[in-house]
Amino acid sequence: MKREDNISGTLDWTTIGLYLALVLLGWFNIYAVVYDEGVHQPIFSLTLNSGRQLLFIIASIFIIMGIVILDIRFYEAFAYVLYGLILFLLILVPIIGKEVGGNKAWIGIGSFGVQPSEFAKFVTALAVAKYAGSVGFRMDNLRNQAVLFVIIGLPMALILLQKDTGTALVFIAFVLVFFREGMSPFLMIVGICGATLFILTLLIPNQLYLHASIVGILVLLITLGKKKFKRIAILTVGAIMIMGIIESVDYVITDVLKPHQQNRVKALINPDADPLGFGWNVTQSKIAIGSGGFTGKGFLRGTQTKFDFVPEQSTDFIFCTIGEEHGWIGSLIVIGLFVALLLRVIFIAERQKSRFARVYGYSVVCIIFFHFAINIGMTVGLFPVIGIPLPFFSYGGSSLWGFTILLFILLKLDAHRGQVLQRI
Amino acid sequence: MNEGRREIFQIAIVLVAIIFLVKLFFIQVLDSRYADMADSNAILRQVDYPVRGLIKDRNGKLIVYNTPEFKLEVLLKDVKKFDSAKFCRVFELSREELRRKFKEMKARKEFSPYKPTLFLNQLSTTDFARIQDYLDEFPGFYVQARTTRAYTTPALANALGYVSEISKTRLEEDGTNTYKQGDYIGQSGIEAFYEESLRGKRGVSFKLRNVKGIVKGSFKDGAYDTLSIPGHDLVTGVDLDLQQYGEFLMKGKAGSIAAIEPSSGEILALVSGPSYDPNLLTGRQYSSNFKLISSDTNKPLFNRPLMAQYRPGSIFKIAQAMTALQEGVITPETRIRCDRTIIDCHGTHTNEDLRGAITNSCNPYFLGVLRRMLNKGVINDPYKDTRIGLEEWDKHIMSFGFGSPLGIDLPNEKRGLVPTPSTYDAAYHNKPWKFSNIYSIAIGEGENLVVPLQMANFVATIANRGYYFTPHIVRSIGSDGKPLPKYEERHRTTIDSANFTIAIDAMQQVVESGTGIRAKLKDIIVCGKTGTVQNTPNPDHAVFIAFAPRDNPKIAISVYVENMGQGGRAAASIASLMMEKYLLGHTNRPYLEQYVLEGKFLDPK
Repeated sequence: MKREDNISGTLDWTTIGLYLALVLLGWFNIYAVVYDEGVHQPIFSLTLNSGRQLLFIIASIFIIMGIVILDIRFYEAFAYVLYGLILFLLILVPIIGKEVGGNKAWIGIGSFGVQPSEFAKFVTALAVAKYAGSVGFRMDNLRNQAVLFVIIGLPMALILLQKDTGTALVFIAFVLVFFREGMSPFLMIVGICGATLFILTLLIPNQLYLHASIVGILVLLITLGKKKFKRIAILTVGAIMIMGIIESVDYVITDVLKPHQQNRVKALINPDADPLGFGWNVTQSKIAIGSGGFTGKGFLRGTQTKFDFVPEQSTDFIFCTIGEEHGWIGSLIVIGLFVALLLRVIFIAERQKSRFARVYGYSVVCIIFFHFAINIGMTVGLFPVIGIPLPFFSYGGSSLWGFTILLFILLKLDAHRGQVLQRI
Repeated sequence: MNEGRREIFQIAIVLVAIIFLVKLFFIQVLDSRYADMADSNAILRQVDYPVRGLIKDRNGKLIVYNTPEFKLEVLLKDVKKFDSAKFCRVFELSREELRRKFKEMKARKEFSPYKPTLFLNQLSTTDFARIQDYLDEFPGFYVQARTTRAYTTPALANALGYVSEISKTRLEEDGTNTYKQGDYIGQSGIEAFYEESLRGKRGVSFKLRNVKGIVKGSFKDGAYDTLSIPGHDLVTGVDLDLQQYGEFLMKGKAGSIAAIEPSSGEILALVSGPSYDPNLLTGRQYSSNFKLISSDTNKPLFNRPLMAQYRPGSIFKIAQAMTALQEGVITPETRIRCDRTIIDCHGTHTNEDLRGAITNSCNPYFLGVLRRMLNKGVINDPYKDTRIGLEEWDKHIMSFGFGSPLGIDLPNEKRGLVPTPSTYDAAYHNKPWKFSNIYSIAIGEGENLVVPLQMANFVATIANRGYYFTPHIVRSIGSDGKPLPKYEERHRTTIDSANFTIAIDAMQQVVESGTGIRAKLKDIIVCGKTGTVQNTPNPDHAVFIAFAPRDNPKIAISVYVENMGQGGRAAASIASLMMEKYLLGHTNRPYLEQYVLEGKFLDPK
């Protein structure tokens, strides 16, 4: 119990090492994207994205120092205040925000802009953790569950209003946290089945086959299982509902999704249908990554990313640069670093003594994992194009700072985990 | 209650990572398509078209040269939305054509949005001037410059041939990957025969470019770049002035003139009438004009000197005479009565010697000569005896180059026909045949077929007293090179030189006081022989062969004029003017020229 008496605690240097590795690799790759052989600007040049990213990184260090210096009790105590503040900012964005790349997600301070939605992630994580950590909270209580869904639903809805679907979808990651904290997996299973069905409907042009196979499965289940009226009724109703979902896919595709979202789904199913139109991003991304081969073309030697064939290459499609210049080996290293970081954060989350810290820890895991999976998934053509950055890697101050704060609050909490126990 | 959920998280993370790495392994390591696509994305392949070789006449006068031409290519991935009405106006297309062009382009097998694809072809300098200013309004469209053929004269069209875009089938046959779709290739004549010499070698340079198509530097410092190598110029033996004069004389007539320099086998003129203007088969109007020309009932694309097979007629009697002398069945003094029982004759002669028989073109005489050659009586059976005689006869006749293609450096040369025993076996279905069945070959009728070039070569052989060089049109590949090696080989006939002298004496007689009197030149001894080839029910073909001067001959010529009656009129007049033009550089007989141009050679009925 000696270590727990230590007031300052110790930060987890493994995590910090992984964090630094990812941030620095990201910085080099941002330089590779903007590097122009003819001009020979240094990596520090402030006219380049890489120079500005360096400023963001330096600012991150100050942010980290601030997080570490701040009293441990602040985060739990001010969780709701911060949450309220961010909701206020998110409401402000559509009113006073400026439009960048089709999304109205930025608030300008002078020539500098920040995206409140990037910070909403860690604030929502704090709020969720605080509510889940409060006395008398039970995950199997439906009212408590409903409150949690409202907590994640409010920022999500406000971000959707900004037309930033990608960032809004990130909040779905919290459902995984709820699952860890004891929520029934039913919701997740239904969700996964629904998504699978949705994709299947798109892949199989004739929906008659789908309907037929569902009827087949239904008949099989009825004949094999107990022949009770109630069971048969439930199965039949379920099957009819599924068939209804299938029929609704066309409606969802054409009427609910916006044209550019429809195209992203179509591009995933068949990017070759229109490689110059909606398939362009995915096709070019795959060309860039695929041309890297096993060992890559070498640092600053990529032709696809450097010559702007891949859109959004500093931000959402930064992984293309790794794939092209460093090949499969480079991809392996980056993916390996993310896996190591995620497993390490799970380890940290699991060793927390308070529910607040553990829930927060899992929020960190889920948010980073969601970004990692969706981002790389879309660059290699396994996922529809959803514009969310690769954590720590992608160019951008808001994104880097958002993830830095997210991670280092956990490290701060972790450093004081003994203290927390004493306090209770 | 949350047992094992931590592990589910860990497994999910590792699983996703493995899925990514497997997918990456597939597209990065196993599938090379992406590397190719990346290259075609970022590496711009610029073709440096070689300049096709020029074609000149024997005095260095330019006949065929190159003129700039532009083609419009499109890189579909760079194409942005554009004002199609304006596009149609600028490029002079209808909306239908525009739509069709895009559809056709996309339907092509090798089409890729990442590769420049041919969109519009054969834009002239004027077209280009108009388009140039608007090009930047249509990103993705690029103009490529190259050259196309142009002609200083409408003459010599059939010998020159034409170039046009390579056909689909030719492209598929091209295993060497020399040609690309839209490339020009020689389609006939010299252009086709000397395609490899003329075309040169295309160069290529690789440039790195960004997504907007802006070149950012050369690829690997130009290590893979090559310069184009221009094609070889060709110097022909053709005398352009003579050629043009020949075409002028042949205006309105069907037939051919072939003139050869006997000492080298170089072709001095090769006229095919009717002809066409080769300028019609260049540029954008090629396909419409080609349709027109190729469907013309006068067959202007039919290269008569090489492809038209006629019966030789009386001029063949010279060959008969020399063959008989060589075989020893007659002497120059042998007289044969002009009895006109089997074959009719003309004139008033009754009992000529060899010289007289040639001068008067006596049919019964040469019937008798052939009988002596084919029925020498070496065997009792008249059938077998004829067969043996014919075989010997064939050997001599063929040594003049009859009966097989001479091997001129132009495509589609026909072989003619020298009847052999097997010809008659086939004709008589292997039933026996003898002299009385085949005697019409004695006077160049019957089964004999020759092309005008073979007749010109024949008379050149006489001029040379027994040998010839294969006629050829190109005397030098490159500005001061040599012809192809096979054209420097001397071909000897089976006839002794001495026997030629008798023939030459007779041919001189023909021009001086015989049927070929119109061919006579002042101060230059011309040797010639007329022919009038039966062509019932149509008027006969007029034929004349000649060479001049008698000693150290400079020109040997054969003239065929279809359906113009006696060879001594149309053909001898044209041949005479041609020889005069070539030997003196001008003609001095306006009355004869007038006679030829008027073209009234037939007797009124």
